[in-house]
Amino acid sequence: MTEGQVHSPLCLKTFALGVGRGETMLARDIALSVSAGHGLMLRGPNGAGKSTLLLTLAGLLSPLEGSIVLEGHDEDFGPAFHHCGHRNAIRPRLTAVETLEFWRGINGNPALPVAEALERVGLRRLARLDAAYLSAGQQRRLALARLLVSARPVWLLDEPTSALDAEGQKLLAGLIEDHLAAGGIAVIASHDAIALDNLAVFTLETGA
Amino acid sequence: MNGFWSVLSREIRLSLRGGGEILTLVLFFVIVGAVVPFAVGPDKALLARIAPGIVWIAAFLAMLLGLEKLFGPDRADGTLALYRLADIPLSAVVAAKVIAHWLTAALPLILASPVLALLLAMDATSFWRTVLSLLLGTPALAGFGAIGAAVTVATRRGGLLAPILIAPLSVPVLIFGVGAIAPTGGPDQAQAAILLLAALSLMVVVLSPFAAALAIDWGED
Repeated sequence: MTEGQVHSPLCLKTFALGVGRGETMLARDIALSVSAGHGLMLRGPNGAGKSTLLLTLAGLLSPLEGSIVLEGHDEDFGPAFHHCGHRNAIRPRLTAVETLEFWRGINGNPALPVAEALERVGLRRLARLDAAYLSAGQQRRLALARLLVSARPVWLLDEPTSALDAEGQKLLAGLIEDHLAAGGIAVIASHDAIALDNLAVFTLETGA
Repeated sequence: MNGFWSVLSREIRLSLRGGGEILTLVLFFVIVGAVVPFAVGPDKALLARIAPGIVWIAAFLAMLLGLEKLFGPDRADGTLALYRLADIPLSAVVAAKVIAHWLTAALPLILASPVLALLLAMDATSFWRTVLSLLLGTPALAGFGAIGAAVTVATRRGGLLAPILIAPLSVPVLIFGVGAIAPTGGPDQAQAAILLLAALSLMVVVLSPFAAALAIDWGED
């Protein structure tokens, strides 16, 4: 960043956003505003469009109407969004370390070293194990470690607590807390409660 | 560039640890070539004459077999979504995959081609020409294959659709591939065929990553 360049603080906003799959609108008139250091919890019944909204925010689906703006992010620093979806993107025949190194390679912006990230999510002992042999909860922890090895300001987490045990949920809350404390943004879709104080809640209704 | 190497090394690792995936491909290649003498009869002169065509068809079919695993598993487990959010362009990811596909699905066939040459009673000259034309022509097949696999990745049962889509595209590769070997034309014609084959491969390898990346982006939307 050159001197004299003024950046507005990080802020994720949507304007009259309508999201859906194909031609089918799932939720419309979504007006969100999340600023740096804050988290947003997406609530809503099954099929309300939480996952679709997260995919749209990530840029993996195009919005059916309205727009998404991320203020204060310099494109030179690479992509802004980490998306952690239902599928963990873990392939058999690669060890946990290799999987994480691969993610670090393609996502760029290296943050935490691979070994430390594994330590953090409690998988250090299993680093050399074929990732397919990990349990569902451990695979989810490995997927969360992806968020740590590459720095990106906005985390979009889709049901991050699924398959996690009580300790894992605490770990997840800790990770999100650290990310927010570092000036990041998190948007989380979950039916579980996440033990964090400064989470705003946004509810999506069905048939909107 | 880091990301490019990450994709390349991951693909190669997955193939090498694939529990005989490469060996299956090579065996398929040899078997296709080996059954032809049974179908056309044991006429040695005829076999030697059509051997280049048989080798090319066997290589073409074997390379089609590997197409399904080019993007399919990545889409199923969510890696494709990660690629679309990666710090490197999707076309760079596809380029790495095309190279890995060639290294794991074409190079082993070329290394195994002496077996076929023996079975089909090829002489040394046409064998070396076959190796050269396979080396020059298979990159084009890998590139076309990537386009076919990318177009069909979002469709269910796309596995069989991709070969049908790219077969017409691959016809020039087969024509010039065999033309580069066949002793029917004068030596000048073989020379021209080799150059055209090389040009075709270069063009396809350069352009296919962009086409395939575009197809993936549109298909996933």
